[in-house]
Amino acid sequence: MLKKRKRGGPGEINAGSMADIAFLLLIFFLVTTTMDTDVGILRLLPPIVEDITPPEKVKQRNIYEVLVNDADQLLVEGQPMDIKDLREGAKEFMTNPNNSEDLPERTLITRGECEQQVANFRSYVAQATDATDKQNYQKQLEKWEDKLQAVKLLGDYKELPGAAVISLQTGSKTSYNMYVQVQNELEAAVRELRDELSKEKFGKKYTELSDIKEEERDMIRAVRMVFPQRISEAEPVDVTQKEN
Amino acid sequence: MSRFKDKSNKGTPAISTASLPDIIFMLLFFFMVTTVMREVDLKVKVTLPEASEVDKLEDKALVDYIYIGPPVSTSLGTEPLIQLNDQYAKLDEIGPWVKANNDRRQEAEVPRITRSLKVDKDTHMKIVTDVKQELRKSNALKINYSTARGRE
Repeated sequence: MLKKRKRGGPGEINAGSMADIAFLLLIFFLVTTTMDTDVGILRLLPPIVEDITPPEKVKQRNIYEVLVNDADQLLVEGQPMDIKDLREGAKEFMTNPNNSEDLPERTLITRGECEQQVANFRSYVAQATDATDKQNYQKQLEKWEDKLQAVKLLGDYKELPGAAVISLQTGSKTSYNMYVQVQNELEAAVRELRDELSKEKFGKKYTELSDIKEEERDMIRAVRMVFPQRISEAEPVDVTQKEN
Repeated sequence: MSRFKDKSNKGTPAISTASLPDIIFMLLFFFMVTTVMREVDLKVKVTLPEASEVDKLEDKALVDYIYIGPPVSTSLGTEPLIQLNDQYAKLDEIGPWVKANNDRRQEAEVPRITRSLKVDKDTHMKIVTDVKQELRKSNALKINYSTARGRE
């Protein structure tokens, strides 16, 4: 008996059903798979501030006030507005093309100034004896180093004041859809400005820059310095304090 | 002449199907690698709003989902409810939920976790604002308003 088997070798396994089994598995994965990638508007919420210090007075010109009421109507800077015009409005707020009095004043940042300030704060940091002082100077130094980096890439540029912020407030019965549309328009305004700047300086749109390449990562940071995205909700005062 | 006759008699040889399993397996592996299992059974109806300025969510392992919308079963009314994991939740359950999700991940990953809000587009902002406030309280600051990719 044993001998016989050895001679003939083990009988071949029929692999004909292999395809069926594989098909079954394939269909299972086809059904359970979700191909659509999850997309959405990314936002950072402001952290809750424990100690309530008296809010710093923010100049009215530095706030772009967007209110959405319960009936999904927009009130922008005290004027009713259609959502179609919101993008242009937000862009005007961030660029202030006519140096208007009631829009934020953009200050010119020059290379000389940056170098001067970086040198100043370097020496302050080196000389500082108090730990908290040193930390503050260090922060200032980093801020100016960032600016210097941006100037190197972009040339002299105009900077939005740190207090400039788009404040978005909604009623309790505003629809979520309207809220997302408003967020979308504000996002689009920033994106368009960044795209334009990036295209002009680097010949490539901001959205096409990838943060994997080192030099493009610097470009992204520089463009962000010029057009920061500051949308605040609920408590605009807290956010501006954090920014400063 | 006889040669032609010979051929027609033989007929076309059967195509070998021996490589069929291999091809199917290849497809199978492709789907196995790219697949992401459906996260949870939805207990709320969610129709996402459309937006054009959207970012992709990069790392799906670091995304937690909060669903808000009217319940599927009509016996629960039409008021929007919050769904965490597989069940309905109240506002004050968000804090513990965030903490539980933080704990099951490595510490270094915690700041990178995104909470994706999948909210029905007809929901009123009140509940969304409340949820956001709860997230702030539990220091879950990175959020994503999930949308469908819309036209410009």
